[in-house]
Amino acid sequence: MQARNVLGTSAPLDLSGDPRRLRKERNVRWLFLSAAVFTILVSVAIVLSLVGEAVAFLQSIASEIDEGLGSLMADGWFPRRDRFDLRTIIWHTLSVSIIAMLVATPLGLGAAVYLSEYARPGVRRVLKPVLEVLAGIPSVVLGYFALRFITPDILRNLWDTAQQSNLMAAGIGVGILIIPLVSSVSEDAMQAVPRALREASYGLGAKKWHTSVRVVFPAALSGIVAALILGLSRAIGETMVVAIAAGATGGSLLQLNPLYGGQTMTGAMASLAIGSDQVAGGVAAFQSLFFVGLLLFLMTLVLNIGSERLVRRFRQRY
Amino acid sequence: MPTRLEPAPVMVERMVSSDPASSPSTSLESAPVIFDIRGLNVYYRDFHAVADTDLDIHQNEITALIGPSGCGKSTVLRCFNRMNDLIDGARVEGRVLYHGIDLYGPAVDAVEVRRRIGMVFQKPNPFPKSIYDNIVFGPKVAGWKGNLDDLVEESLRRAALWDEVKDKLESSALDLSGGQQQRLCIARAIATSPDVVLMDEPCSALDPIATYRIETLMRELKERYTIVVVTHNMQQAARVSDRTAFFSVDVGTQGQRTGRLVEYDSTDQVFTAPSLKETEDYITGRFG
Repeated sequence: MQARNVLGTSAPLDLSGDPRRLRKERNVRWLFLSAAVFTILVSVAIVLSLVGEAVAFLQSIASEIDEGLGSLMADGWFPRRDRFDLRTIIWHTLSVSIIAMLVATPLGLGAAVYLSEYARPGVRRVLKPVLEVLAGIPSVVLGYFALRFITPDILRNLWDTAQQSNLMAAGIGVGILIIPLVSSVSEDAMQAVPRALREASYGLGAKKWHTSVRVVFPAALSGIVAALILGLSRAIGETMVVAIAAGATGGSLLQLNPLYGGQTMTGAMASLAIGSDQVAGGVAAFQSLFFVGLLLFLMTLVLNIGSERLVRRFRQRY
Repeated sequence: MPTRLEPAPVMVERMVSSDPASSPSTSLESAPVIFDIRGLNVYYRDFHAVADTDLDIHQNEITALIGPSGCGKSTVLRCFNRMNDLIDGARVEGRVLYHGIDLYGPAVDAVEVRRRIGMVFQKPNPFPKSIYDNIVFGPKVAGWKGNLDDLVEESLRRAALWDEVKDKLESSALDLSGGQQQRLCIARAIATSPDVVLMDEPCSALDPIATYRIETLMRELKERYTIVVVTHNMQQAARVSDRTAFFSVDVGTQGQRTGRLVEYDSTDQVFTAPSLKETEDYITGRFG
């Protein structure tokens, strides 16, 4: 078949496209694909190295240390003395995270309800970016804030037994750190609740309080739960604040009282990595870093999967 | 926050209007006036949405607000229970007297107003809760103490929905059909024992059968309540309403569109012998 082209000459109709353009599109596709594949490969490599070193750690304590695997339940976390009590650092991580959530949940959700339901648009335009600036504060700054302000000026005025470095101050610092995350994600969830539901509520003579608490909050619950779990996994993984403010750099005994210093999982890893506990080439001590890292990874993984499930169960259609 | 220019008059002794412009000329027996609206102007920031509207709403009647899109009929409706307060930048001027009290007066709480003046919206908007919880929401937030089970049954019966849902009160309201959802919204509105029920195009999202049921329900409800309904559907206005207010749009030199009340009369009069050519053109479908 021949068709007449615009010039009036009859050339064969060719719809196969410019080969150069086609080649370019194929190349672009490969470029993006390789970026995606690279990211996945890096993640897999990290997990593999974590698992490999963690297994090596278990093997070396089983073969080279007198207590063997029993050193995982020893008295305290002192890697250079071959005492790797997991209960100590896990409990410290939990107590810091619980304190952080006790700070961040009421403040973060309160701020979210205010911004979403109470603040006038003008006020919201100013306040939301301010809150997001708080999210940009480097955690090392918050660590020193906890160490130099929260402990001496607040905690020691309340309890004079509080140590210079303690889990409570670190927990409060981590809590402040995750407020913006909790409030911003849950505020987005509340903003996504349709206007029609708010109008229904106000139309029935509900006050702002009832509309917020009985209509908007339940309708946004799945997003709010997600925000809290996101905050919790951030709190568990936060390192700098606890490394500075929770203290006990050389190792620690199990501390049930949060007013005393103690090493969390991340705190223990940080001091192992920078050598502040003066680990001198002890192979098992250094490898324990990866073992703890793997545990942290599993904890946040479980949390994220759990949040997916919760979100699906709570999801309200609207 | 709405702003007002004039101070609120205290209990104006004017239950029945004598103003010929706002009262039907024909022989509807004059029911007491519930809303007495004078010189209503509504602005959204710089946008003048409704200009100089006078309107009387009579007790236990159905008043229909009709007119083309953008004529401000929904805006006027939303002044009756201060729903415009929720829109940032909305400003209401003039008087909206409800039983003689200016709803936009300084001592009036919008929450209190909305407990007496219920509203049903264009798109059915049940809460994502059970049927039961939808009905008891209003009475509960108002702190009503009484038998909730009885209230739920009575409200659903009045909204002609009881027989369809009595065995599944705990199931989600969102599982109902659109027409059932809208009747649920009506039941929810009357559960707070309002004096007036405002309906903003209540049937526009419904099929003809569901529409028919809502219209039947409206005629039953006017025995107890005063109803103001905004509708795009002129047949609906002709079928259900006692009085009809026809709004139109004036387009200004810069294209700004301002709604105004053109004609207000008994529905019979408006549909059979409108006094203005503009109304007649709209009614007969030559415009809008």
